[in-house]
Amino acid sequence: MKRRTLLLGAATGLALQLAPHVYAKRLKATMALFYGEETITVGRVHLKTPPLAENGNSVSLVVDVESPMTENDYVREIRIFADNNPVPMLASYQFSPAAGKAGVATRIRLSNSQTITAVARLNDGTLWSGSSETIVTLAACVDPLL
Amino acid sequence: MKTRISIPATAKKGDILNIKTLASHPMHSGFRRDAIGALVPRDIINRFRCEYQGQLVFEAKFGPGTAANPFLSFHLRADERGNVVFIWIDQQGERTEELRFLDIVDDEY
Repeated sequence: MKRRTLLLGAATGLALQLAPHVYAKRLKATMALFYGEETITVGRVHLKTPPLAENGNSVSLVVDVESPMTENDYVREIRIFADNNPVPMLASYQFSPAAGKAGVATRIRLSNSQTITAVARLNDGTLWSGSSETIVTLAACVDPLL
Repeated sequence: MKTRISIPATAKKGDILNIKTLASHPMHSGFRRDAIGALVPRDIINRFRCEYQGQLVFEAKFGPGTAANPFLSFHLRADERGNVVFIWIDQQGERTEELRFLDIVDDEY
């Protein structure tokens, strides 16, 4: 491989990493798209993803929400967002009190290094969120401009 | 579609069980290209449902951001003996349904 090609590749890679403030803006925009003017409180949602993922095609994700899961107080829905992905909403999970526990473990795709956010909606309508950061060394979508 | 389900065969009433499911599916996101550069069309499982006692316990709606061979681990509170139903629906609307019998035992003996 020529040195020029290598340099070009490195430069492209750097350009694709978004600065934190740009990222925060995008996250806000995505949240506004899905939840409008509703308040989202940080807390109660525990999201775990590996700090470093070698392959973006399969990244383990565990999310748990503190909730008694009774008829009067339960988690209705959890949504997973990854803003740098071509489709930012990765999945949504619906729960009923019969689940006993509001938690799910799955494997997701990440197009590049980013913050993943989980938003839970309780039966009383309130929204709670938790996030986690993952650095991806090999992206899931090879062409990130799509 | 080949599926695998891990669920205990017996439980005590009130136990919270951990259920794990895996479906064999490529989950083509529609963003990737093949060896000759042609876009691989999107082909994903859209939904997964778990029902127990005629009631929905857990439902997952996937987008292209779910990894190939979608794995899910979730919970269910054991109540009465009966079937636990697992349903996968892909984007063509094709349903794959599986049943597992859950027996409830007393903790007396």
